Amino acid sequence: MSDNGSLVSVRDATKTFRRGSEEIRVLERLDLDVPEGEFLALMGPSGSGKSTLLNLIAGLDRPTDGSVTVAGERIDRLSRTKLAAWRARHVGLVFQFYNLLPVLTAERNVELPLLLTHLSRAQRKKHVDTALGVVGLTHRKGHYPRTLSGGEQQRVGIARGIVTDPTLLLADEPTGDLDRKSGDEILELLTALNREHNKTIVMVTHDPHAARRATRVLHMSEGKLSQEAAE
Amino acid sequence: MLNWLTQVFALTQFNIQTIWQRKGSSAAALFGIAGVVAVLVGVLSIGKGFEHAMQASGRPDTALILRSGADSEMMSGLSRDVTRIIGDAEGIARGDNGALSSSELFVIINLPKRSTGTDANVPLRGVEPPAFGVRSEVEIVSGRSFEWGKNEVIVGVGAAREFRGLELGGEIPVGPERWKVVGLFAAGGGLSESEIWTDAGVLQPAYRRGSSFQAVYAKLESADAFQSFSDRLTTDPRLNVKVVRQTDYYAEQSQAISGLINGLGSLIAGLMGIGAVFGALNTMYSAVSSRTREIATLRALGFGNGPVIISVMAEALVIAVVGGLAGAGLAYLAFDGFQAATMNWQSFSQVAFAFDVTPALLVQGIVYAVLIGFVGGLLPAIRAARMPIAAALRES
Ligand SMILES: Nc1ncnc2c1ncn2[C@@H]1O[C@H](COP(=O)(O)OP(=O)(O)OP(=O)(O)O)[C@@H](O)[C@H]1O
Ligand SMILES: [Mg+2]
Repeated sequence: MSDNGSLVSVRDATKTFRRGSEEIRVLERLDLDVPEGEFLALMGPSGSGKSTLLNLIAGLDRPTDGSVTVAGERIDRLSRTKLAAWRARHVGLVFQFYNLLPVLTAERNVELPLLLTHLSRAQRKKHVDTALGVVGLTHRKGHYPRTLSGGEQQRVGIARGIVTDPTLLLADEPTGDLDRKSGDEILELLTALNREHNKTIVMVTHDPHAARRATRVLHMSEGKLSQEAAE
Repeated sequence: MLNWLTQVFALTQFNIQTIWQRKGSSAAALFGIAGVVAVLVGVLSIGKGFEHAMQASGRPDTALILRSGADSEMMSGLSRDVTRIIGDAEGIARGDNGALSSSELFVIINLPKRSTGTDANVPLRGVEPPAFGVRSEVEIVSGRSFEWGKNEVIVGVGAAREFRGLELGGEIPVGPERWKVVGLFAAGGGLSESEIWTDAGVLQPAYRRGSSFQAVYAKLESADAFQSFSDRLTTDPRLNVKVVRQTDYYAEQSQAISGLINGLGSLIAGLMGIGAVFGALNTMYSAVSSRTREIATLRALGFGNGPVIISVMAEALVIAVVGGLAGAGLAYLAFDGFQAATMNWQSFSQVAFAFDVTPALLVQGIVYAVLIGFVGGLLPAIRAARMPIAAALRES
């Protein structure tokens, strides 16, 4: 935990990208705190920097300036190798386009993050079964991603995100590619994970309907955050 | 460490499984590498075959005596008096009919090649009876040996295969006459198989050589006896000769040609190898870029760079090894034992030999394939591991 008791604490974070000779300022001296057990939704127009911020928290990228502390660790200071190991231990990722490996079955996709742990094959199988049970896909575990619907693929993605029981679950537009019904099922699942399993979740979304599920909604525009009461 | 190995194993297995899914480009690289290896092994097998023919020709216990200053039989000349002194020298092995020393005459005749119909040089060797004792590997495989004093010849199987008129029962022109082929002989794959043999006694008048010869072939009591034998002859004031061990003689004769073949072969294979490296590079680059997001996903989940690099390399190496095996197999089936003839530059006559695809060459071909795969896989692998994850995840 950081000084103020938040699980995630972003301080004074600036992020710039170079595109040719041009420098794009995406995040501008941004501060963010996420207390443990929160389900935070990040909203905002396209290009406002939501994914960029999420990537900083996920340890997929580093701020140009400022700090990112997760569970007491300054992850912006970790080496690439340490950061990879840190991600494996602390972060569950859910992507808009699922990013499942097409050559692996649902079960083996979910098992992937466990290959980075010291669990035995039998223990891995147990964890995979539990995660698939949570997302309600036990009966589909032998299926390859292409034979699953979008909603089912995303549920496999969530199972992969939670199978290591990570400190944080980060989702970038998890319902962005789904129809309303499947999207609702995914949101239902995330809500349950937050409420029943006390998972801390940060979710980026465009959809106000989705954001309504969160315990807090922050609005992003031009690299800055602003509080916004849920409608 | 265990964890690291698990990662390598999982990713490698995963990458190798996907080779089949990209069978088009994988096959292109595989065939490219197979082609290079086949050509490399094929060309080098020519050199090996030639070396083999030359090696099989020489024996360490056989000495060749030439006029001093002559580099080959063609350039040498020895009178009967000289050859008689040599034949009586100490150190020469003895057979049932006396010393194993054969004074020989070496001339070149022109015959049309079976393949093209154009004339080429064939050595015609006049021998004395001990020649068959000196070269015990020579054996008649069809017909019979020539009769001493008659205008008859026997033909080596290599020469018979290459030239018109050299089949059993054929005839060759010697001056105004035509001499009959009464037998074919083999010589363990050695150089003699490219020659025509007859009685030196009938060849001398036909070529107006009087009583002179060109060389003496002598089988010594042992290979170790060579030095003292050589010293004895070269210090004899009546003689002006040089003595060469037969193995050294052929090694020197073959050096130029096998050097040329091997050099040319390596050059061709080298150039093709560069092409194949680019082919493999291209395949691996497209394999990597078609999986940019997958690789980024794995790295986002926490898989390390080392395992990513190794797994991409492993994929390239699997393609290379399969290609190398295919190429080596192809070369073996296509080239091993393939009959050929080439010019012996020292005597300007044709040497018949068989391509020799040795196990060492096959290994060399596969090693070369692995090298191509390694170079072709390394850069794409490093690229895959260095791509910024966040940016790679944005690619769709
Ligand atoms: N790796 C990068 N290189 C260059 N520019 C980048 C990079 N990543 C993001 N950007 C730019 O930064 C800005 C913010 O991008 P980001 O992906 O964070 O936006 P977003 O809020 O997630 O948008 P969307 O809702 O479309 O996903 C965009 O202008 C984008 O083009
Ligand atoms: Mg985004």
